Amino acid sequence: MKKFTTVTSTAVPLPNEDIDTDQIIPARFLKATTREGFGENLFRDWRYGADGRPQPDFVLNNSLYRGEILVAGRNFGCGSSREHAAWALADFGFRVVVSSFFADIFAANALNVGLLPVKVSDPFLQQLLAAIAADPGTAITVDLKGERIAIDATGESEQFAIDPYKKLCLLNGYDDIDYLLNLKGEIEAFEARMAGRQ
Amino acid sequence: MAKTLFDKIWNAHVVTSVKGGMEVLYIDRHLIHEVTSPQAFAGLTARGIGVLRPKQTLATADHNVPTVNQHLPIAEPLSRFQVDKLSENCARFGITLYGLGHPRQGIVHVIGPELGITQPGLTMVCGDSHTSTHGAFGCIAFGIGTSQVEQVLASQCLLLSRPKRMRITVDGLLGKGVLAKDIILHIISRLSAAGGTGYFVEYAGSAIRALSMEGRMTVCNMSIEMGARGGLIAPDETTFAYLRDRPFAPTGEGWVRAEAGWRNLFSDDDAHFDRELHFRAEDIEPMLTYGTNPGMAMAVGGQIPADGGDNPASFDKSLHYMGLQPGERMLGKAIQWVFIGSCTNSRIEDLRLVAEFVRGRHKAETVRVLVVPGSKQVEAEARAEGLDKIFAAAGFEFREPGCSACLGMNEDKIPSGEYCVSTSNRNFEGRQGPGARTILASPLTAAAAAVTGRLVDVRNLL
Ligand code: SF4
Repeated sequence: MKKFTTVTSTAVPLPNEDIDTDQIIPARFLKATTREGFGENLFRDWRYGADGRPQPDFVLNNSLYRGEILVAGRNFGCGSSREHAAWALADFGFRVVVSSFFADIFAANALNVGLLPVKVSDPFLQQLLAAIAADPGTAITVDLKGERIAIDATGESEQFAIDPYKKLCLLNGYDDIDYLLNLKGEIEAFEARMAGRQ
Repeated sequence: MAKTLFDKIWNAHVVTSVKGGMEVLYIDRHLIHEVTSPQAFAGLTARGIGVLRPKQTLATADHNVPTVNQHLPIAEPLSRFQVDKLSENCARFGITLYGLGHPRQGIVHVIGPELGITQPGLTMVCGDSHTSTHGAFGCIAFGIGTSQVEQVLASQCLLLSRPKRMRITVDGLLGKGVLAKDIILHIISRLSAAGGTGYFVEYAGSAIRALSMEGRMTVCNMSIEMGARGGLIAPDETTFAYLRDRPFAPTGEGWVRAEAGWRNLFSDDDAHFDRELHFRAEDIEPMLTYGTNPGMAMAVGGQIPADGGDNPASFDKSLHYMGLQPGERMLGKAIQWVFIGSCTNSRIEDLRLVAEFVRGRHKAETVRVLVVPGSKQVEAEARAEGLDKIFAAAGFEFREPGCSACLGMNEDKIPSGEYCVSTSNRNFEGRQGPGARTILASPLTAAAAAVTGRLVDVRNLL
């Protein structure tokens, strides 16, 4: 996994609430057996019409909005557990998703692939969206070490929380498997205890 | 100290704790399918490691498979490749596969319980959010992402933070024509699609106790639709009776010991829940969804809300997609498709109920009806009981098992703009095919729509 420290970037606003993983990557694009290439079909049915033409009013088709940060409405990533949603966002070039509320499985998946979910308060989410609306060139800084997200131009900022273990993993580029493989002894001891109990 | 059922099971599976609060949880049973596993196996190969406990993982092919002519090679090349990849991975890593054509093949959440693999007190995971279904047996079961599938394959463990606990109690007697599906749609409509996020839910109360195992599975299945990690129900005589003599259930002395242990699986009287909710079964009516998430549901005779409250843009987008108006009633509206299937409602009890209702009736001219059994075993039972003949006489298409139009990964898609009354669990935009308009309902409400071609209150037809 790639190390994550600080990201400073413009952001893409997507204020819809309850964006489910079927919208992020529709099921019919889940037939690949590798992790790459899902970015092409990110938000496929919002990005393109049935005729395959780009939908001009969808934000990813608007050249004003670019960047490594996606700012989305409440309850982002609900629905299916498909990690492909996190892969698609990362493959498209996002490194951070900001929302005031994340679905549990999506947040876990995102952390596991090095995409940082940043949970902010509802008022701060509105501040972010307003700043981006006022100036699509607004830079936003996400500092993982300091657990802080800031609007560079105005200096408005907010703390965010992240599990300390997960933070360590992201900062160092470790993943859970590295950790679990080191626990082989404990796992075997646990299995022996379970077998004894039965 | 008094403990919840959830904590009793969780505590018994903690291998070790990590500084900062996460815990390493041992996973007893792992189910995999063709869509969310290939990248996990590729990950193992890239690391040069194998599967730690291949006997604790079981595979089936369900999401992608056609529901006709399953004896022929899969026509769609990408689907075929994915299903072949699963067979290849299972053979290479020593995992049992109930693949296409196998008499035990079926939707992963249907076959686990019917084979007796799902048992009280266990921890179970699968790369699929509706793994919550298995909680009906009083186990901790939840969906995971592909990186976690890889973790379980590699270590039989997961690193997790413990969710909060919620108890939802439903007391009283359900009215005529009101099913388990209506209970859970009613609950989600009150809690919203995000109301359970961060929680693991225990369902309790006399109305839950009175449900069959099939009904309990329907309730637990949709826990994820309110955002909860999972749902569970304390095991009881109904659970034990269902499990006895299933292929993978313990036998003889083993059964006696297991059952004695299972009888300790309940929340202590004064156990603390972070949140408690109560519902009255008498308040629950047959339900329909009107929007594009399962929280947007109402009683069949109800009116769509006049506005979206503090969420107007998403509400408007949703109704626009559905071709519906704020404040409108849905009763009487014409529909074009009915889908009876999915891990929510494709078990034998669901099919029996539908068959009993349509016996001597015929589908409306304007409707196409797909009945997709949850497994080969359900299919075989339905045929043995002659349900297939009843479906055929009613003009329903009785197909072979798989996820089918629940997520439209195979050919079973609903055309853009058309309405489908579906017994599945998700009415997201495009879930049943690009542009498809899904209305979630119980198998009875779906059957009533099939024979009338409209959204009707099934209670008037019973
Ligand atoms: S039937 Fe639908 S919800 Fe169930 S496992 Fe298959 S795709 Fe998922």
